[in-house]
Amino acid sequence: MNHSISLTVNGARRDFVLDDPRVTLLDLLRERLHLTGTKKGCDRGQCGACTILVDGKRINSCLALAISHDGADILTIEGVARGDQLHPVQAAFIAHDGFQCGFCTPGQIMSAIGMMREGQTGNDPERVRECMSGNLCRCGAYAGIVDAVLDAQGQMDESNQRRSA
Amino acid sequence: MKPFDYVRPASVAEAVAAAAQPGAVFLAAGTNLLDLMKGGVSRPDRLVDVTHLDGLDQIETLADGSVRIGALVSNADLAHDATFAKSYPAVAEALLSGASAQLRNAATVGGNLLQRTRCAYFYDTASRCNKREAGSGCDARDGENRSHAVLGWSESCIATHPSDFCVPLVALDAVVEIEGSNGRREIALDQLHRLPDDAPERESALEPGDLIVAVRLPPAARAFASHARYLKVRERTSYAFAIVSAAAALRIENGKIAEARLALGGVAAKPWRARAAEDVLRNVAPTADAFQEAAWRALEGAKPSGDNAFKIELARRIVVRALLLAAAGTPARIPALPASPFASISGAIHA
Repeated sequence: MNHSISLTVNGARRDFVLDDPRVTLLDLLRERLHLTGTKKGCDRGQCGACTILVDGKRINSCLALAISHDGADILTIEGVARGDQLHPVQAAFIAHDGFQCGFCTPGQIMSAIGMMREGQTGNDPERVRECMSGNLCRCGAYAGIVDAVLDAQGQMDESNQRRSA
Repeated sequence: MKPFDYVRPASVAEAVAAAAQPGAVFLAAGTNLLDLMKGGVSRPDRLVDVTHLDGLDQIETLADGSVRIGALVSNADLAHDATFAKSYPAVAEALLSGASAQLRNAATVGGNLLQRTRCAYFYDTASRCNKREAGSGCDARDGENRSHAVLGWSESCIATHPSDFCVPLVALDAVVEIEGSNGRREIALDQLHRLPDDAPERESALEPGDLIVAVRLPPAARAFASHARYLKVRERTSYAFAIVSAAAALRIENGKIAEARLALGGVAAKPWRARAAEDVLRNVAPTADAFQEAAWRALEGAKPSGDNAFKIELARRIVVRALLLAAAGTPARIPALPASPFASISGAIHA
């Protein structure tokens, strides 16, 4: 039996016909839309490489059935920059060497963006490490990742203050 | 993953009817179920998707002072609800000590209660497991079992229930609201999970088609808000299941404990309420000696199920420490590392 769903992916509405309900959001993004920035690491919810935002919240897309997310608003790593202008978190990862091989990086960045929206960490590095624990980095770039997240968060706080001033 | 039929019911009644047939399971977030299905551990014929049902995602305060948590409220939304966290701080701390931020955003209250054990032999389909396949045997019994049960286990199963959330809930007398083929009923959370005995494949009191629609905390649960903690020892400081955990809650009046609540996690096939320990803490001063006595009571009857005798002594120490932390008072903010014994909190005395 075929199931029709529609999603908003990086701002654009996309309609799909699923001939098999087993398709995860991760496989849909990668195989149907060729948005391969979202990575398949463990495919079991342990590594965080597949992190995307669904309705503004970060989740593991490998453990989410596409068919169950009809109508969802999805943001992937491909949707965070504005043209050539990197998202502040992307720029901070480059500035702070927040990666080595880069495989976990899209998931790290999406997780960091989700974390900042959650607003639970402040500028406490211990909180950042705790709240980013769902993203593994096998190269061990954690020190740079935490620096990048704190830097980006500081910049975004400043720009928010300027905007509200 | 085995193919399955997908059903999206329009009402709770339709959901119950659709899930009552053999081989059907409910799908909420699926963070545990999909993992099990990918590994061939769960092989349902039909998924009944309840995520779109109305009215199951609210946190309500009822007229009598109870709080009613809809089964589809996410773990993160519940933990970050300021009113809820202030009234039930140990529950919020337990939630935030579990899984990762991504999983907490997706995982639901009902799903958390019904998550399956993380026993490696249950997950490994090449191993014998009485829970996965009734009567096949238990490879955990002579296997890697240092994290397994020390209370309530049987020769047929030594698995533990992995939930953090359930531990303070069972201490606070949580009630589970269930919609089933014969209408609505409710049971104490303490009665939801079954000990293995000789039928570990039967994990809960739920019948086919039964849908958990809400969890309720009674009015009395609020009275512990100023002295309630959750403490969890794990292999890593974050994103790891409990080796041993404890929820401790005290109602202190005029320098004495009027009422104590205590439950343990990671030690049994269910969240383990330690009523004998609670009894010895009635009308006594909140001292380390009293807590030591309570810890001995809490672990009465505990025995190793393998290479895990250390968990019994560890559990005693965690009980004492959790009670000391509760007596010292609920901190104004949940610590940076929720429920961690390594959190920097002054005044904690190691047992």
